[in-house]
Amino acid sequence: MTSIQEAASKRILILDGAMGSLIQNYRLDEAGYRAARFKDWDHPVKGNNDLLNLTRPDIIEDIHRQYLQAGADLIETNTFNAQVVSMADYGMESLVHEINVEGARLAKKAANAFSTPEKPRFVAGAIGPTNRTLSLSPDVNRPAFRNITFDELALAYQSQAEALMEGGVDVLLIETVFDTLNAKAALFAVQEAFIQQGREIPVMVSGTITDASGRTLSGQTTEAFLISLSHMPLLSIGLNCALGAKDLRPYLQTLSAEAPFLISAYPNAGLPNAFGGYDESPEDMAAAVQEYLDLSIVNILGGCCGTTPAHIAAFVKAAEGIVPRQISRA
Amino acid sequence: MKLSGLEALKITPQSNFVNVGERTNVTGSRKFLRLIKEERYEEALDIARDQVEGGAQILDVNMDEGMLDGVYAMTTFLNLIASEPDISRIPIMIDSSKWEIIVAGLKCVQGKAVVNSISMKEGESEFIAHAKMIRRFGAAVIVMAFDEEGQADSYARRIEICGRAYKILTEVVGFPPEDIIFDPNVFPVATGMEEHRRNAMDFFQATAWIKANLPGAKVSGGVSNVSFSFRGNDVLREAMHACFLYHGIAHGMDMGIVNPGQLIVYDKIDPILREHVEDVLLDRRNDSTERLLTLAETVRGAASVREKDESWRELPISDRIEYSLVNGLDAHIEADAEEARVALGAPLNVIEGPLMAGMNVVGDLFGAGKMFLPQVVKSARVMKKAVAYLEPYFESSDAAPRKKGKILMATVKGDVHDIGKNIVSVVLQCNNYEVIDLGVMVPPQKILDAAVEHDVDAIGLSGLITPSLDEMVFLASEMKRQGIQKPLLIGGATTSRAHTAVKIQPSLDSPVVHVNDASRSVPVVQRLLGAQGSSFAEEIRADYARLAEQYASRSSQRNFMPLDAARANRYRPDFSQKAAMPPKMGVFSLPDYPLADLVDYIDWTPFFMAWDLHGKYPRILEDEVVGAQAKILFEEAQSMLQVVVREEWLQAKGVYGFFPARQKGDDIEVEDLQGASHRFLTLRQQGQKKEGQPYLALADFIDPAGEDCLGLFAVTTGHGLEERVAAFEADQDDYNALMLKALADRLAEAFAERLHERVRTEFWGYASAESLSNADLIQESYQGIRPAPGYPACPDHLEKDLLFQLLDVEQAAGISLTEHKAMYPTAAVSGYYFAHPESKYFGLAKVDQDQITHYAQRRGISIEEARRWLSPLLDM
Repeated sequence: MTSIQEAASKRILILDGAMGSLIQNYRLDEAGYRAARFKDWDHPVKGNNDLLNLTRPDIIEDIHRQYLQAGADLIETNTFNAQVVSMADYGMESLVHEINVEGARLAKKAANAFSTPEKPRFVAGAIGPTNRTLSLSPDVNRPAFRNITFDELALAYQSQAEALMEGGVDVLLIETVFDTLNAKAALFAVQEAFIQQGREIPVMVSGTITDASGRTLSGQTTEAFLISLSHMPLLSIGLNCALGAKDLRPYLQTLSAEAPFLISAYPNAGLPNAFGGYDESPEDMAAAVQEYLDLSIVNILGGCCGTTPAHIAAFVKAAEGIVPRQISRA
Repeated sequence: MKLSGLEALKITPQSNFVNVGERTNVTGSRKFLRLIKEERYEEALDIARDQVEGGAQILDVNMDEGMLDGVYAMTTFLNLIASEPDISRIPIMIDSSKWEIIVAGLKCVQGKAVVNSISMKEGESEFIAHAKMIRRFGAAVIVMAFDEEGQADSYARRIEICGRAYKILTEVVGFPPEDIIFDPNVFPVATGMEEHRRNAMDFFQATAWIKANLPGAKVSGGVSNVSFSFRGNDVLREAMHACFLYHGIAHGMDMGIVNPGQLIVYDKIDPILREHVEDVLLDRRNDSTERLLTLAETVRGAASVREKDESWRELPISDRIEYSLVNGLDAHIEADAEEARVALGAPLNVIEGPLMAGMNVVGDLFGAGKMFLPQVVKSARVMKKAVAYLEPYFESSDAAPRKKGKILMATVKGDVHDIGKNIVSVVLQCNNYEVIDLGVMVPPQKILDAAVEHDVDAIGLSGLITPSLDEMVFLASEMKRQGIQKPLLIGGATTSRAHTAVKIQPSLDSPVVHVNDASRSVPVVQRLLGAQGSSFAEEIRADYARLAEQYASRSSQRNFMPLDAARANRYRPDFSQKAAMPPKMGVFSLPDYPLADLVDYIDWTPFFMAWDLHGKYPRILEDEVVGAQAKILFEEAQSMLQVVVREEWLQAKGVYGFFPARQKGDDIEVEDLQGASHRFLTLRQQGQKKEGQPYLALADFIDPAGEDCLGLFAVTTGHGLEERVAAFEADQDDYNALMLKALADRLAEAFAERLHERVRTEFWGYASAESLSNADLIQESYQGIRPAPGYPACPDHLEKDLLFQLLDVEQAAGISLTEHKAMYPTAAVSGYYFAHPESKYFGLAKVDQDQITHYAQRRGISIEEARRWLSPLLDM
């Protein structure tokens, strides 16, 4: 079978779009999240989207299929929050392994169904940033204080990465990085997971620029972010979330000029509106990402919050026949 | 090479030399060390900020100091830096010789840092393991030219080691060559030693070789080492640094650890000076060192005066007096005092004129860090001699000399330690304060009565043992109750800024300041008693209130293991490996041990600490800042030590014993000579640890199955001390009085060390084949331990009661215990011997309430009393 590196050398790879926004369309209530298995769970679980891998696999599989149908080469597992740190909010630390293995299995099953030798489909194990941050104190009066340690976080990431690998993902995607030290802990953990599993798979990293300052939440410039995470031979580095496609462009240019890896970009459908929704239509976004393609600054293109299968289909169309960016070792 | 903080730093062949800021380093900056020790991190951050603003492109952070918890300090400081974008924009250099501190640092920085440093000192496998781990954190690394054989000190050794390290890193570890930085060792030149002549040239040539033969690798170095032999002559040193950098860079040096604010431009150096410096650096002439030394005298900054130079005797009288005071010379002081008395008409005019002026100069120099404690104490000796000479000339009608203030000093009830208190007294006296010293073991009411009677301006309290803390709190509350409104100064080894803020300040209304450094005592007293005294007091009060608040919130964060769980996770040594029983059980005394046998066992580092000179012996003798003073002090200590031994000024007495012992829970049950059983209570660690780590108590090292032995000992070298000290004091000679006390303390520790060695090799004999140097002994690389009650592994002073009873210490060695269990004479050590090969020193740290309750039951005292004795183990 073609490797993802090989596929990426031939064309722009399309990543899927939002998972959360589509789940919202199903309007699940508390009981809908729980299903029979967790009907007596002592924490509220509504909003625990990753739990749906166990309670509503039909929904998750359906969303994967919609994106594959739209032409996505790479789909993300529904495991953004599936590590012990975030799952503690629901008292579901013990389910981390199962949620990840199932999430990987569901995505892989869907991908396999669409895979052909000409257009192989791949699965990226989604590893989110957690709800803690290693570089910032949650208490302004105690700037030296941290509510989690590097070791605790690395351990959480390691068990998630191992479970995703067991479930059969093709790559790991450390995404929405707002604190580079969290991402370093994730990379540290992934290397440990590789040792434990006795094999390695490609790793993607995607950071988040939080506002127009052009910096991550933990204060780094795009260039510093790249330098801080270049110690592993990554498949790709890139940016996602927070900004719309247009505003993300200058930072992608910086990455593209400097990075010895593939570049990924999956912006939001614009900035959130007054109701927390996203307004950019598939056509708007396709026009914005056209700029990326013209400048030849991306290899992997997809969507984040507010994007839908229609957006992805528009990206597929835009990227068709485009020669992907070449890595120029800076 | 690319590095990052919040911003990127790219070092390319076109880049200029990269400055690494060196001042946030506890081994290089006394100020930074003090701030970190006192947990004044805000001010420590200011030093970091100054470095960045001064042009540092990388910030070196080093917390390697014996008295610091390096992991905690590194973590805290780097976390704080992360919150300061104007500092954290540049990359961090995590500087430590301790691997666990390096790892702790790596876990705190989001950017790409530099680790400084690793080497092949401990062999290839450790080198490889460390390099791999550094790579996993994505940091660059500095490799020291150091291998199993030692530090590279020639061109050939430098390139041999760097070449080998490079090969291992690139071929075995897979380290990117551009992330490797070599430090080929900058060593001093112009030391007068033939073998140091090529030190700079070898560095330059090794640099060129590395750049030519190890593609991608960078070269760095600690520049200020090169000028060590010119300590004190900043003009010359800065010129040497600039020239060294100029040639280093020309040979390919990429970065260096420097003080960015103190670099001068190569072209701006006086051409003659530059030529002389370069002659030395480049080893261009046989007489280059002599020529530079001669020139050095003419360059400003050299002025370290030699005692042989008598030209100062030509100066006017007031200048001569100042000279004697600043240089601590007493040879001419009486003659000069007489001359001044005749010239000025009255003795008071001499005291308030030239003597006071001279002491003000001393005070200023001390305050500015240009004189050190031993010098100041010598100055005080000169001053006192002059005053003593003048006294008979006072007419009863003469006004007494005006003083800046009156300070009462005392070591609190139950405590007998007074070296620190005496030092502060001397320093205050030098600065023209009248000091009323009540001595040691002073009951609180006596302190308060004396304060009222003499109408003093402030009260200074000192104490070394734990119960003294409570005495201080009690005294403070009594001051409040009795309405005595006087500022309180707190000092002594066991005291802390935190305790003062949390426990003492709330107990009284008047100002209280923690002053743990003799050099701080004067500025603090000056401000307290000065015109702005009340605003200073307010400032301190607010500062302490804030600290107390922080403490309150911090203590709630502490995680304890419940006592039961900690016990379940006790340390379980392999008792099949325990030491054989001693050949003879029982108690043995050494009524008059030869002092000569102890001299080689002295650990000198704490001796320097007693004099406020910080650094490890013998390196301290070469220290950039305090080395010259340390050398003088050391020589004078040596000559006094010879007399002490030869004329038997002190008498050494000791007693030791071996008792059948068995672990009983957290206690150790021992059997005395009559067969009666007794229990030593030990305390167990409870601070949350990583899974699988044991929670230690000393009892763990004794076999629960019995057939084991606990050793006990008590030694002193303090007999005879008081008479000698009194004689020195009568002669106004505080310097020698303090010197003798400090030596007696060292001899007692040396006696403990020597006796332990003989116990291991002869008396108990479980390690009869042992052969260790004094350095090994100081490093504690022997089998078995000798923890002392009151110290980290067993902080409970009450244990001394049973120890003293079983050995009959009072009878055998003439050591007694005060009501608060301080030993008298103070130059004494007592403790346990544990022989199990797995026994080790540890710190108990804090314990939780459940253990205190249980301890109180076992001890048969109230919980309240237990809390008092163990207060440092509890969160305040």
